Amino acid sequence: MELTARTLHEGVGAGPLLALDEPLSLWGGTDPETGLIIEARHPQAGATITGRVIALSSSRGSSSSASVLAEQIRAGVGPAAILLAEPDAILVLGALVAAEMYGRRTPVVELSSIQFRDLPRAALASVHATELHARVSLT
Amino acid sequence: MLRLTDEEQEMSAGGRGAGPAFGMKIVRKLAETLGASALVPIASVHVDGCLYHGRAGLDFAERLVELGARVRVPTTLNVGSIDLLHPGLVRLEAPVRTRALELMRAYEKLGASPTWTCAPYQEARHRPELGQHVAWAESNAIVFVNSVVGARTDRYGDFLDVCAAVTGRAPLAGLHLSANRRGQVLLDCSGLPRSMLELDAAWPALGHLIGRAVGTRVPVLSGLPADVGEDSLKALGAAAASSGGVALFHAVGITPEAPTEEEAFHGRSPEATVAVSAEALRLARDQLSTVDSGRIDAVSLGTPHFSVGEFATLAELLDRGPELHADVEVWISTSRHVLAKAESLGYAEICRDAGVHILVDTCTYVTPVLADGVQVVMTNSGKWAWYAPANLGVQVVFGCLADCVESARTGRVTRDESRWN
Repeated sequence: MELTARTLHEGVGAGPLLALDEPLSLWGGTDPETGLIIEARHPQAGATITGRVIALSSSRGSSSSASVLAEQIRAGVGPAAILLAEPDAILVLGALVAAEMYGRRTPVVELSSIQFRDLPRAALASVHATELHARVSLT
Repeated sequence: MLRLTDEEQEMSAGGRGAGPAFGMKIVRKLAETLGASALVPIASVHVDGCLYHGRAGLDFAERLVELGARVRVPTTLNVGSIDLLHPGLVRLEAPVRTRALELMRAYEKLGASPTWTCAPYQEARHRPELGQHVAWAESNAIVFVNSVVGARTDRYGDFLDVCAAVTGRAPLAGLHLSANRRGQVLLDCSGLPRSMLELDAAWPALGHLIGRAVGTRVPVLSGLPADVGEDSLKALGAAAASSGGVALFHAVGITPEAPTEEEAFHGRSPEATVAVSAEALRLARDQLSTVDSGRIDAVSLGTPHFSVGEFATLAELLDRGPELHADVEVWISTSRHVLAKAESLGYAEICRDAGVHILVDTCTYVTPVLADGVQVVMTNSGKWAWYAPANLGVQVVFGCLADCVESARTGRVTRDESRWN
């Protein structure tokens, strides 16, 4: 499956798709040092975001999630790419700061609601986000 | 398409120095993400990025210092990870302690005021004016300044807050725009007994209920007593922002953008109406506790930071009645500004004589302060009750201030249920 979507933050990344069934606050919801989802009530609790192409409708909750994402990317435990159903300023800022500070570009892409809804449950995802648009390949 | 003024273009190009240029890069990126057509000059900033979450936040603040950045507008600072006046109270250890301290110092170097509080609005000189555009971070500060003060901020947080401060600009989007400040959901509170609303804990419980009901939409509360105090609105907003992401509420006849219900809805009809019953409020209260009886180990007050008025109420409760139980530690989180006032008015002495610990510059749910063996904590804060179980791994009992004091005396959950019925 090939998707064309809106780039929120440029970059290239690939990895297993992790489609989150609910929004996730990275602050309080994930371990900044390991990338594990620690929010006990979250459907994907116990899964890791490290190296995954994570898909989530939005980040929910604390704006400190920008710091946590930047820290996870710095420490090498961040996601490979982020697919969103709506523009999420907090995650875009976290990815932007990691790129500015450490030169590590984690792409952030906004899918249409239909593209987001039709994402497969399991796939290998490859994301190529340029200034013009983003391409997402799912196999 | 984002259009910049000449001054903004000059800042972006480095004409005002490397600090503002770096800040503009971040502000512009957010503006583009949000689809803003312009930036808006802001009157003040409240920064939340001074709480330590890891190296990235420290590297970012130190980069701004290295670039020679300075805040261009009055800027207050939210809590850090350490009580700088009583450093022994926080049991944070190196290297995190050192970095957390370096982070706080970096923000001072940028020219921000060392207020170290989540409630800068408790000090008159930090309160913006009605209708002014500001860039405030931290969810309780955001909802208070939007709703109670009537200034205009969107939901800002780490990185963007300080970049707004060094550029004096924020994206013209979200709650800066009048149309987005229109009320969406009506919560009719006229069925709540007045006696119940006289309990301090009724307000965070109501906030919790509202957050669950509206998510991130703008609620309009009707039927509340016109003489409700700011501490009640503080507690309501903080809880609504925690459980739902509320950044603006209107209370008819109380908050400045809602002289009437019609004005709160900008002349349109509510998308939905919820009648808030006493039963629903009791249910919301109960949702904020993870246990409801038995022994307690600690009491935590002051999230958001304790006000002078709350100190006065607590001092009065402590002044008449038996001593606190030796096995219960009682904590107040507050600002150094409010503490100085509470000391000059004699309230702080009464609290300390009773054995109460007073923490400033930080808060008991974001940094290690409570003793290691503490398992069950009582609080009158909806926000503390919402976050502490996950943050600290403790059990929580939610109750009003008088019940917190009574329980601290008996060492067990002790409640007066009469006014909840």
